Amino acid sequence: MYRYDEFDHAFVTERVAQFRAQVARRVSGELSEDEFKPLRLMNGLYLQLHAYMLRVAIPYGTLSALQLRKLAHIARSYDRGYGHFTTRQNIQYNWPKLGEVPDILAELGEVEMHAIQTSGNCIRNTTADPLAGVAADEIDDPRVYAEIIRQWSTLHPEFSFLPRKFKIAVTGAPNDRAVTRGHDIGLRMHRDDTGTPGFEVMVGGGQGRTPIMAKTIRSFLPVDHLLSYLEAILRVYNQLGRRDNIYKARIKILVQGVGVEAFAEMVEAEWRHIRDGALDLPAAERDRIAAYFAPPPYEDLSADCPALDGAIDADARFAAWVESNVHPHKRAGYAIATISLKPHGGIPGDASAAQMDAVADLSEEYGFGEIRISYKQNLILPDIPKADLHALWLALDSWGLATANAGRISDIIACPGLDYCNLANARSIPIAQRISERFADLARERAVGDLSLNISGCINACAHHHVANIGILGVDKKGTEFYQITLGGVADENAAVGAIIGPAFDEMQIADAVETIVDVYLQQRETDEPFIDTYQRIGPGPFKEKLYAPDQAR
Amino acid sequence: MPTNSIQAITANRLSDGMVVYLTAQGQWSERIRDCQSADDPGMAEALIAQARQHAESGQIVGPYLFKIARQDGHPVPLGRREIIRTTGPSVGTDLNRSKPRE
Repeated sequence: MYRYDEFDHAFVTERVAQFRAQVARRVSGELSEDEFKPLRLMNGLYLQLHAYMLRVAIPYGTLSALQLRKLAHIARSYDRGYGHFTTRQNIQYNWPKLGEVPDILAELGEVEMHAIQTSGNCIRNTTADPLAGVAADEIDDPRVYAEIIRQWSTLHPEFSFLPRKFKIAVTGAPNDRAVTRGHDIGLRMHRDDTGTPGFEVMVGGGQGRTPIMAKTIRSFLPVDHLLSYLEAILRVYNQLGRRDNIYKARIKILVQGVGVEAFAEMVEAEWRHIRDGALDLPAAERDRIAAYFAPPPYEDLSADCPALDGAIDADARFAAWVESNVHPHKRAGYAIATISLKPHGGIPGDASAAQMDAVADLSEEYGFGEIRISYKQNLILPDIPKADLHALWLALDSWGLATANAGRISDIIACPGLDYCNLANARSIPIAQRISERFADLARERAVGDLSLNISGCINACAHHHVANIGILGVDKKGTEFYQITLGGVADENAAVGAIIGPAFDEMQIADAVETIVDVYLQQRETDEPFIDTYQRIGPGPFKEKLYAPDQAR
Repeated sequence: MPTNSIQAITANRLSDGMVVYLTAQGQWSERIRDCQSADDPGMAEALIAQARQHAESGQIVGPYLFKIARQDGHPVPLGRREIIRTTGPSVGTDLNRSKPRE
């Protein structure tokens, strides 16, 4: 893992001291709320419906056990005993007190964490494939580049007041587990004809009220040019992005407006001025950062694991968990385990302090003390010997963390919605709870297979409903919550925006509507055909027909 | 007069962000039953002017008027957003996080 150097430590410590003084001036009345608001937002502190909310960055979704224990400690000591993991691989605390936030930030600084650039019109926390460094299909570890981007973008003086927020995602594998096309800039690694790794650069993606998948403006960028090329993109955006209309300020609107070819030409023209300069990444510097992400001391294990096979044969619940929550590791004899934060009927993405401590302990007992956060709001243990999977599962089960539903219909991404969020129009969490309860039967959920269902409580689409196979958007109609369904969204390397199926459903109807969609799929699917393939084959018609049939009570 | 024309003032407390209501004594209470209601536009104007002064002096943040009704003599908020602000998140059962609020 990356470790702070003296500069990083001094910088974070200084920021905590600055914010402590700013809070003191706010409490004393020296600063008005208008003056204080941009300062608190620069430190990740929002004011939500019921309380302040502190959003803490988890760079590229990688945590050490020490850091996770600190997050648990903060939840227990300063909040209400839990935290909420987000689609941007961050954690949010829903109940911090203003006067205590500087202390929280100081505690975070002790474990090389902070909340800087988790809000505001700047380059936000760079996200990455949560299976970075361990995925069997990986070309190179994206965390190396995400860390380089983090260092370049932190307090970048030219890009601290962009027209709007700016999000970058990086993947080092052909299978996209970071929704790269859903970001302002998506970087996807490829090899060129000589086998040299480089990035496909995609620009202008985003969800929100205008969902657009990013377009490729350069099919191959050698990695040493990464920062100069990013700088060129940001410069074009910073100059031409709209500042007069918040709804048209994202780079996706600019790219759409000028056209992708013209935008690419502007970037290339800007790049010609700055390439081969100070921003080019010397191999030695790249290697220095890469050394922080060197593989842990793996043992030489056999790919075959009779102990695991025996446990799978002996315990159907464990077998189901392995089927959905365990992924192939690049090292023989190891596996990657997803810890679902989606218990049936639970709150997606929430973990209690005790659960966080337990996961930190388990990461050390069975792995190398590392934990990942996925954009799907789950935790991942990246390095588990196959022979230890059953013991890990038993321990997780005792903490309510062994739900066998990763990638399944109840692995719902949900934003906090109107239960917490000032921007929301409708509640998300209770709808997620109700739907996941409908699929609590293990056999039924396995029969449905892989299917993504995401719920956003407003058009800002924090829960990625546009790219879910089944997307649900909460809307307010004259004070009553309604839920609009989109079908056909895809979040992986074939990213696509779903289409609205028809009129919205009310709170009492929405779970039934989801069941109707699943029933149509099960009736129509061909052998082993996942939901999205069936949808793409038969189109929306059969779903629409059944959802809005006269006999369906709506 | 229709009940939905009654208004009250809410805000978030500066120190901890908690939802608070302006009382008849010019104080801020966590309990909606303590709120001062405004039955006409003139009174609503006076209350919001008072609340804005409190925002300037730094007790509270973002005061605004919202609609209430009276049930059994007690004020109750109208609209889902204000109901949730008054009662807390509707989902706090699994981790037992939500402190009950009257």
